[in-house]
Amino acid sequence: MGITSFKRIIKGGFLNFKRGGIVSWAAVLVVTITLSVITLIIFLQAVLHFSLNQIKDKVDVTIYFTVNAPEEKIMLLKSSLEKLPEVAAATYTSADEALKLFRDRHSSDYPTIQALDEIGDNPLGAYLNVKAKEVSQYESIANFMKSDNALVLGSASIIDKVNYHQNKLVIDRLNTIISGAQKLGFLVTLILMIISVIITFNTIRLTIFISKEEIGVMRLVGASKMHVRGPFMVEGVIYGVIATIVTMLVFWPAAGWLGRNMTDFLGINMYDYYLSSFFQIFTILLLSGIILGIISSFLAIRKYLNK
Amino acid sequence: MIYFNNVSKVYRDAVALQDVTFTVDTGEFVSIVGHSGAGKTTLTKMILADEIPSGGTVFFESINIGKLKNKSLTKLRRRIGVVFQDYKLLSNKTAYENIAFAMEAVGKTDEEIQSDVPHVLELVDLSHRIMHFPGQMSGGEQQRLAIARAIINQPELIIADEPTGNLDPVNTHEIVQILKKINDLGTTVILTTHNRGVVESINKRVITMENGKIIRDTKHNK
Repeated sequence: MGITSFKRIIKGGFLNFKRGGIVSWAAVLVVTITLSVITLIIFLQAVLHFSLNQIKDKVDVTIYFTVNAPEEKIMLLKSSLEKLPEVAAATYTSADEALKLFRDRHSSDYPTIQALDEIGDNPLGAYLNVKAKEVSQYESIANFMKSDNALVLGSASIIDKVNYHQNKLVIDRLNTIISGAQKLGFLVTLILMIISVIITFNTIRLTIFISKEEIGVMRLVGASKMHVRGPFMVEGVIYGVIATIVTMLVFWPAAGWLGRNMTDFLGINMYDYYLSSFFQIFTILLLSGIILGIISSFLAIRKYLNK
Repeated sequence: MIYFNNVSKVYRDAVALQDVTFTVDTGEFVSIVGHSGAGKTTLTKMILADEIPSGGTVFFESINIGKLKNKSLTKLRRRIGVVFQDYKLLSNKTAYENIAFAMEAVGKTDEEIQSDVPHVLELVDLSHRIMHFPGQMSGGEQQRLAIARAIINQPELIIADEPTGNLDPVNTHEIVQILKKINDLGTTVILTTHNRGVVESINKRVITMENGKIIRDTKHNK
């Protein structure tokens, strides 16, 4: 295909769009709705992701050591824990720090402080706070603590208790909820996407159906398939580009409103998210819009070309 | 130039053409007459490969039309100009663009298009309509535009399928005169009509069809 015919196809697409009038704008509207659905899904995923991360962050396992546990041994255990692929972080709190934190927490609880003073000695042991990368991995970390690996290091004697077993029920429950929420989110996304793609495809098919006879005439006049099909595909691209711009413009104030009024509820400032991911969202929408437009036009026109 | 050899066309429940055999020589003006449903349009569609014969063969010179693949089909259609009863213009293109489209289809340059389109529109007396859309023109004007589009690429053959079917006597006369002029310049013309007056005013070879068969093939003499 030469440059001249390429130019003609592009020009033809723009002319078709311009002269299509209300039909063209109806197609743009439908593509805009589809892209809005995609944007909403991106927002929802952000909220879901953020909320789940927050919940996940609240889950941890704490290993309490006996009062006299030597620090080197604890540190040895810490470093071997950190070598586990499941462990995101292990934070050490020494006995002194534990006491200080305890005092701070109970500063208004006079009898407790008094009791503590009476003991004189620090009754608290040091502890290790372990965070896993995934909620589902706490069990294997707890198992590691029970296993020979940990015992070889001589840690069995210094561990007072591991609170995983007390928290097991909550952790398991959270784990189910999180994986369920992720699956549901994916399913909803998939269904919404399929529905919007079908609707867009059908709308573009209708706009081409209107030109069905003209396509036949073009072929009879001796136009090649690409000469007939090209302008329709260019029109599809135009739908996609305009719809992307409209969608981005519509979601700007919408994200602003969400940011001002719903940040506490959603746990994430949507306006900040929108601005920081602006180019990412824009690229996703533009590509979706253009691909949707081109493929729909390509498939819809195929039926009328084969003569 | 055109050879129909025992051509038949059967639709699911009706026979449109039955054992049709005839030839058209280069430079001829052939009128095909018959009532609606006699098979005239099916016949012309076969030359364009818009319909494929159920039996028999149709040749355009040495090309077996029924066996053409996509690309060669496009090439064949570029050698034939077509005029329809319902004009079949591109409604969202202006008179200028309708003709330009046919020129673009065969790969003419922008310069050729710019110089030839006004010229052909002048030939069919439509210079004043150059930027009008088909919907803004009368029936006669639309048909003249369709003829201009059909002849712009200097085809070897013009097929005019009931070109005057929707026109009044004055416009009919004009269209017939234009077609005769095209034929005088050396282009083969095949015209279908059910209007006796048109056939008589042309005064050339006439093929009469009935129920999908040729019942008479004669040079018409008054």
